[in-house]
Amino acid sequence: MTRLLPYPLLSAALLLLWLLANQTVRPGQILLGAAVALVGGWALTALQPPKARLRRPAAALRLGGRVLVDIIRSNIAVGRIVLGLNGRRERRSGFIDIPLELRDQKGLAALACIITSTPGTLWVNFDPARGTLMIHVLDLIDEEEWARTIKGRYETLLLEIFQ
Amino acid sequence: MSAAAELPVWVAILTAALVLLGAALALVGSIGLLRLRGFYDRVHAPTLGATLGAGSIALASMIYFSALETRPVLHEALILIFVAVTTPVTLMILVRAALFRDRAENDDPLLRPGEGVARLDADARDPRETRG
Amino acid sequence: MSAAILSWSLWAAQIMLALGMSCAVFRMLRGPRAQDRVLGLDTLYINAMLLLLTVGMASGRTLYFEAALIIALLGFVGTVALAKFLLRGEVIE
Repeated sequence: MTRLLPYPLLSAALLLLWLLANQTVRPGQILLGAAVALVGGWALTALQPPKARLRRPAAALRLGGRVLVDIIRSNIAVGRIVLGLNGRRERRSGFIDIPLELRDQKGLAALACIITSTPGTLWVNFDPARGTLMIHVLDLIDEEEWARTIKGRYETLLLEIFQ
Repeated sequence: MSAAAELPVWVAILTAALVLLGAALALVGSIGLLRLRGFYDRVHAPTLGATLGAGSIALASMIYFSALETRPVLHEALILIFVAVTTPVTLMILVRAALFRDRAENDDPLLRPGEGVARLDADARDPRETRG
Repeated sequence: MSAAILSWSLWAAQIMLALGMSCAVFRMLRGPRAQDRVLGLDTLYINAMLLLLTVGMASGRTLYFEAALIIALLGFVGTVALAKFLLRGEVIE
């Protein structure tokens, strides 16, 4: 198992991508895709990435749903800011430091993708020595509330999934 | 568009609504590129088109071609996956480059007055660490 | 009926995306700094990719999907290379 399929999840994803790109489930293409997935898995052993396991798929699904909702909400919020529909309130943007408990590399990578792909927030830097994350926020009303949002909505679930 | 005339009306309306939503979001994001002041505000603008904009147009394309060819056409999901993974990477590298360039010119945005920086010790961070 | 709805909405969407592309081109030409220009390029290629998807729907052929995928790939590589150049290139003395 480990010799033949060193990264089973990655190989499965490669096979799925192959079938999507070819738009078919014909046996011939499945065979070809399986070959590509196997070779891809072997090729990746040369890079020796840390292994990922699908722990707690329920938590991962919940996180995905949350991110989807937040992306839709913040799309609307940023759209209103751009079009000047957010009233006469003075908008302030700025950088915030947020202390994190998350240390896992993959968890941090997932958090970076989540924060950056939500419009209105942007990952700037993570300081591993102090464990603080710096983000840039387009509409900064309350620093504490942003820190609570990031920690409460994403970090707890990511901790559950990755640590 | 000859084959499109035989599509059911609800498919046409759903596709049209999704395409218009996606295009409008991409347009709003691009307008934000013009209207927002300062680079660090403008970085937020393209994410509109890259997340929900691309999502709804790709979904519309999937629905439309699946109805047109009466089989599931899902390969637009490839574009969605790719854009979802790459846009954050691009923007993060770009912000780091901008921070690095600003600091090299002694114009650290974290130290600018009125930027609303909620930080304690600004000197603790070495700008060289942003070099990958 | 369906054909009319689709052709009008796709036409409107293409105009919106073209306007978005011109905003991005304006930011590319205007600057003021190099990072703004790279950001303009990033927006430009995403809008172009979406425009190709709508063109593909208007023509009823899936051929344009491959073009959109290639634009997404090359645009990503291009903007990352440029951003990396800004990070490494000129300002270090």
